[in-house]
Amino acid sequence: MRGNFSTITKIFSASVVAAGLMMSAPARAADDTIKVGILHSLSGTMAISETTLKDAMLMLIDEQNAKGGLLGKKLEAVVVDPASNWPLFAEKARELISKDKVAAVFGCWTSVSRKSVLPVFSELDNILFYPVQYEGEESERNVFYTGAAPNQQAIPAVDYLMSEDGGSVKRWVLEGTDYVYPRTTNKILEAYLKAKGVAAEDIMVNYTPFGFSDWQTEVSAIKKFGSAGKKTAVVSTVNGDANVPFYKELGNQGIKAEDIPVMAFSVGEEELAGLDTAPLVGHLAAWNYFESIDTPENKKFIADWHKFIKNDKRTTNDPMEAHYIGFNMWVKAVEKAGTTDPDKVIDAMVGVSVPNLTGGYSTMMPNHHITKPVLIGEIQADGQFETVSRTPGLVMGDEWSDYLPDSKDLISDWRKPLSCGNFNVASGKCGGKGTN
Amino acid sequence: MKLFRMIGLALLFLLATLSLSRAGEADLRGIIAKFATAKGFSETGAVVHELAATGDPLVERPLAALADGALYVRKADSLVLVGKEVGESVQLFDPLSGEAAGEAAKDDITKIKVNNTLRRVIRDALGTLTLGAKDPAVRLAAAGTMFKTPDAANIEPLDTAIANETVPSVKALLEQARAASVLVSDRPEADKLAAIQLIGARGDRDAVSLLTSVEANASDAVKQAATAAIANINSTLAFWDAGQNIWYGISLGSVLLLAAIGLAITFGVMGVINMAHGEMVMLGAYTTFVVQQVIRTSFPGLFDWSLVIALPLAFLVAGFVGFVIERGIIRFLYGRPLETLLATWGVSLVLQQAVRSIFGPTNQEVGNPSWMSGSFDIGQLAITWNRLWILVFALSVFAVLLYVMKRTPWGLQMRAVTANRRMAASMGIKTPWVDALTFALGSGIAGIAGVALSQIDNVSPNLGRSYIIDSFMVVVFGGVGNLWGTLVGAFSLGIVNKFLEPYAGAVLGKIVVLVLIILFIQKRPRGLFALKGRAVEA
Repeated sequence: MRGNFSTITKIFSASVVAAGLMMSAPARAADDTIKVGILHSLSGTMAISETTLKDAMLMLIDEQNAKGGLLGKKLEAVVVDPASNWPLFAEKARELISKDKVAAVFGCWTSVSRKSVLPVFSELDNILFYPVQYEGEESERNVFYTGAAPNQQAIPAVDYLMSEDGGSVKRWVLEGTDYVYPRTTNKILEAYLKAKGVAAEDIMVNYTPFGFSDWQTEVSAIKKFGSAGKKTAVVSTVNGDANVPFYKELGNQGIKAEDIPVMAFSVGEEELAGLDTAPLVGHLAAWNYFESIDTPENKKFIADWHKFIKNDKRTTNDPMEAHYIGFNMWVKAVEKAGTTDPDKVIDAMVGVSVPNLTGGYSTMMPNHHITKPVLIGEIQADGQFETVSRTPGLVMGDEWSDYLPDSKDLISDWRKPLSCGNFNVASGKCGGKGTN
Repeated sequence: MKLFRMIGLALLFLLATLSLSRAGEADLRGIIAKFATAKGFSETGAVVHELAATGDPLVERPLAALADGALYVRKADSLVLVGKEVGESVQLFDPLSGEAAGEAAKDDITKIKVNNTLRRVIRDALGTLTLGAKDPAVRLAAAGTMFKTPDAANIEPLDTAIANETVPSVKALLEQARAASVLVSDRPEADKLAAIQLIGARGDRDAVSLLTSVEANASDAVKQAATAAIANINSTLAFWDAGQNIWYGISLGSVLLLAAIGLAITFGVMGVINMAHGEMVMLGAYTTFVVQQVIRTSFPGLFDWSLVIALPLAFLVAGFVGFVIERGIIRFLYGRPLETLLATWGVSLVLQQAVRSIFGPTNQEVGNPSWMSGSFDIGQLAITWNRLWILVFALSVFAVLLYVMKRTPWGLQMRAVTANRRMAASMGIKTPWVDALTFALGSGIAGIAGVALSQIDNVSPNLGRSYIIDSFMVVVFGGVGNLWGTLVGAFSLGIVNKFLEPYAGAVLGKIVVLVLIILFIQKRPRGLFALKGRAVEA
């Protein structure tokens, strides 16, 4: 019996090795291609969000190849699976850069995975495009942040809720998952709300663990907090899997958007796909892109996506648009520099401007963040968002928040001669410290 | 002659009223047409107010449609129409008469946008308009809205409504709504004090909310009365809060029980450290998803039955997979707990990735049947239907399992094999067969737990991961090998957790519970209800 099992194991491990060899074989063969690394989890907890981004990247690379490639060469995607394991992100990034010699990497979702790969990218001097909205307080020479900084999502969202259109909210619940993004965002929001004259007793902050599923106590606490005779809203930085049970509990306990609206920063079309949204109509989300945006670019993007993924029910979302912008910016910068050498491309990136999907142009700023419009949308019964507010112009990503005492004097400018990600304007020195 | 004159007069009167009503309707149409040109939510809101101010019951249809996001402007002639989406096109209806007005493609019409603030304005306006509705439920809803949005102008219409009302429950709510409106009006103090008493008797959070807002800017006597009423309500609410915590605890306990009960068999009775237990739960949830998919496409009328249909199928699917795992892997590893742990961990990864490859990595939508949606109140305690049904379901699964174990020949064989394998074999029991079926039973039960959990959690490949630690915790705490221990363990963990949560927060609460369990296991390594006798040593 034992013998049987170990033979099975041997056969199994042999086939795994063989499969591994086969996968890396084409990557080594061709020299007349430009390789692009894709570093998104395809298994584990984050696969739910990141797999879509891998597919979106493959589609963008396919389309670029159909247009004739880049610098006369074909692009080739190198896909690795960091399996939602943060240290593995660093290993896989190293493998992509040193072994596969990729020209740039598109990847990461959680902030902790980004933090884990940062040293690898600066050591081996390569480029990372990071497509997800994040907490800010960071600016690295080797990273381009195509997702939203807090001032491109959180602050305008709160402004909307405070406005007459948003219901003149006076009392705030900041509900988040317990990790770095919600904690930093809530710190910024708390400082911002207090600066706007909101009293401390009108702010309630609460955190729950990852994957939390029993929301009864939290939702009834929100109900209780909301019955103080002032208009109340929830700002939710609840992430990933915990959102579905959260919204189900809200619906079941009868919290209506007209009474206590929930403004979410991590809930997009993809997350709503697993929900019956009829009881949630009117709850809000703030993003820089919605699938429902009616522009020719977006219509084409959605049609291409459905064709590529062979399923016309699949949704598009904000991080996909971020990759769309980031990839096109990289292509343009490589064409401008005439080479894929990361050093030259990094310098060429600043100032590059490409169309986004919401009917405008996004530009890469010297702080390696981009300009975007901020949209506030309400959930509709069909699982889409309807834009109820849009910033009049584009908002420039602000990496160091002006509302935190540690970072308000810091700026970032990667152009020569400053070339500094954390320049302190008060002391006139490079090397200030942020909150993280 | 006289008769003719009478008829003529009557005709004239009729004509007059007809043209009068037509003029009224034309006015309404004029106002509705303004929706087409209104820019931004505030302008649309102004049109809503104008419509509501006419007080004409006819405006209910366009306003309700607007709130539902079903009011459109036809691009060709800027006509405002009510629309109903049918596939790719939209059927259009007249906003006042409701007559069909043809169809249009989605690109040929623009939806009039609404947001929360506007929806609230419409809800309030409809509240006043529907006070005289025939259906008592509509009147009740109208009174409820008016209670939440008190306005001095509401007092008169409410007075007439109260005078005409025959249903006691509606009448009571109408009186409360009137009291709320009195509080914000400039009526004499005595009226206000009476109103506070009426609202104080209501005794719920909405009453506190209203009284708090009144308290801020009122005369001394009213302020005192309001403060006293709030304190009074809050003391009763504190009592209800404790009840609520117990209910939440029981409900969390029932979820834990469901998740752990299958493990109580595979781990508790058989002693297999089964790390793939959570994936059996996930398979059950995915079975529910597939069943609902089939029902949605082929038999939409059966949707409310989907869970009942999914139950036996989930049991079979998860049970079969469990059977295969036992026959294929676990039977070679009896008596080697470490290897079992690793092997089943591997199986769990394989199952997760298999589901991810077949169904995709994203969440799948599993709908709640109507009898599992919403909530009802007992006093100030809101009980959601899905939680109640899950509790009932968990207890019945437990009862059935207990019956199988204690009262059937198969249960007897199962217990015999657990107690003394060699003796049982000598008595002619096919022990390998019993092992396989026991494991299949445990897995099958995990599968039906998945059907219930699909109602409150994500249906994603990661579903099982979130339950595996809790399940082991419950079984170890309750005492390995004892079903009653699992029951008591699940409910006590649930209740302790929910009592800690409001004070310590969800994160710290969980940590405290884990620390308590570690300390408890130090004291009693065999859990709450330890099995005694030789079986333990074997």
